[in-house]
Amino acid sequence: MKYNWNWGILWQTSADGHNSWLMTLVHGLGWTLSAAACAWIIALLLGSAIGVMRTTPSKWARRIGNAWVELFRNIPLLVQLFLWYFVLPEVLPKGMGDSLKQMAPPWGSFVPAVIGLGFFTSARIAEQVRAGIQALPPGQGMAGTALGLTLPQTYRHVLLPMAFRIILPPLTSETMNIIKNTSVALTIGLIELTAAGRSMQEFTFQVFEAFTAATAIYIIVNLVAVTLMRWFEKRVAVPGFIGPAAVGGGAH
Amino acid sequence: MAASVEVAGLEHAYDTQPVVRGLSFSLAAGGIGCLLGPSGCGKTTVLRCLAGFEPLRAGTIAFSGRVVSSPGRSVPPESRGVGMVFQDYALFPHLDVTRNVAFGLERRTAADRDARVRRMLGLVGLADVGRAYPHELSGGQQQRVALARALAPEPELLLLDEPFSNLDVDLRERLSVEVRAILKETGITAILVTHDQHEAFAIADEVGIMNEGVIDQWASPYDVYHRPRSRFVADFVGQGVFVRGVADSSGRLVTELGELEGEWPPGVAAGDAVDVLLRPDDIVHDDSSPWRAVVRSKTFRGAEFLYTLALASGTRVLAVVPSHHDHAIGESIGIRLEIDHVVAFHAVADPSA
Repeated sequence: MKYNWNWGILWQTSADGHNSWLMTLVHGLGWTLSAAACAWIIALLLGSAIGVMRTTPSKWARRIGNAWVELFRNIPLLVQLFLWYFVLPEVLPKGMGDSLKQMAPPWGSFVPAVIGLGFFTSARIAEQVRAGIQALPPGQGMAGTALGLTLPQTYRHVLLPMAFRIILPPLTSETMNIIKNTSVALTIGLIELTAAGRSMQEFTFQVFEAFTAATAIYIIVNLVAVTLMRWFEKRVAVPGFIGPAAVGGGAH
Repeated sequence: MAASVEVAGLEHAYDTQPVVRGLSFSLAAGGIGCLLGPSGCGKTTVLRCLAGFEPLRAGTIAFSGRVVSSPGRSVPPESRGVGMVFQDYALFPHLDVTRNVAFGLERRTAADRDARVRRMLGLVGLADVGRAYPHELSGGQQQRVALARALAPEPELLLLDEPFSNLDVDLRERLSVEVRAILKETGITAILVTHDQHEAFAIADEVGIMNEGVIDQWASPYDVYHRPRSRFVADFVGQGVFVRGVADSSGRLVTELGELEGEWPPGVAAGDAVDVLLRPDDIVHDDSSPWRAVVRSKTFRGAEFLYTLALASGTRVLAVVPSHHDHAIGESIGIRLEIDHVVAFHAVADPSA
């Protein structure tokens, strides 16, 4: 194989005429992280609410929660992004659809990407929240209500604090996933990290440098994220109950 | 403060499977009641109905004359003034002992709350563990914290669901005596469910023996042991065997171990076969006795032996004998009956059934 390695390309001026190719990638990373962060907030809020609904005594809340999870978990992420980007503007009333289509770039891609990714991940988080709540002994909830708390207060002060601690490890995986899944948004035109790498490759033909650099950036970002989550897990762990401290037999 | 409890005709079903079928009892304010029964008899379901966690299919539950549960109408658990203690303690693992006990005291002032927590921890003998987390305590200590937490908001009724089942036997007996003292000191009404009769006898003023969703007998521990009202109660409480006898025309019950003075069971006429309950402590070892039995097996219990003896007819009975009477298996020993209160039931086909 004959290939001209040229790592210097990263510091050469990019197609925009101002910044280096490395800055193109960093710019892409910015969109990756913003999309991931916004989607993460949506996913965590919606996922928690849906997860809680699936454990309440109300039959209707449980049905709605189950339907939500099945809907967003069973459609491929790529298809979901296409639905939000291409299909939604067409099925909305014409005025609303048009204003969606005319959103200035990159918002026209960013908003559907964040919604699609957020809803997709919310179904997965809802499933984890439900499992976390149901992993608690049933006496916990009854103890809360017997002490005079209403059902919402019992969730807030008794069930959710422990359930979230239990599901922190899978939530860490979900954080990694949401960062990596933003790459799918390049298909609807968001110039995030992968798209930036591809544009660098198309202009310079330095395919290995472009994607090696992008890969390295993904790895570094995810290592930082996993380290932060581990630190958080340790900080909130209840010794002897769950988390890293439980393995060591209690930190006290 | 303490509430009286009246349960009338309580029925409950999971889906179509009836679990509680027309159960009634009442407990005076300040009393300690216990539902005792084998697993699956519905006792925990009754407790959950009392706490307000389960809807009723029929009947009513009233605290101090105020109906809190009836079909289609139920005061929510948080408004019942009921405290609860669970088999697995159900302490909140992310809160320390102080905050666990203070959990039900949110509406009080900080000073009031602190004083109440200190008093409760003192009451259960754990004044110095306030900063500890639940996992750092032993099982017995955790259950004491759970008791302090349940008593802290001054409930009118305390419900205890198999509270000592997760503890080892020694601790179980000690703690049940201790808990009784604590409950009597606070004067609260309490209802306990358990399958362990020693626990029930140690803690309760009144015991209800539950069988298949109803209470067979509601009486003092002494009475359910010595005056069981049904064959099930006689069988479930304590050890013992039934020995076949006949009601004779002189008004006595004739068994192969002699004649017994006693009340005939209802519906028995002269000449009818009866089954007489013989507890291990009803049979006394007496070398001079004309009645003999052969030792079939024995269990050393320290102070006494529990002998399984075969009578002439082959019927086996149990006898508790002081352990210095050490007889070999196969040996024939003299026994006689010493029964204060004769318990007999209309005979069934197979007395061992």
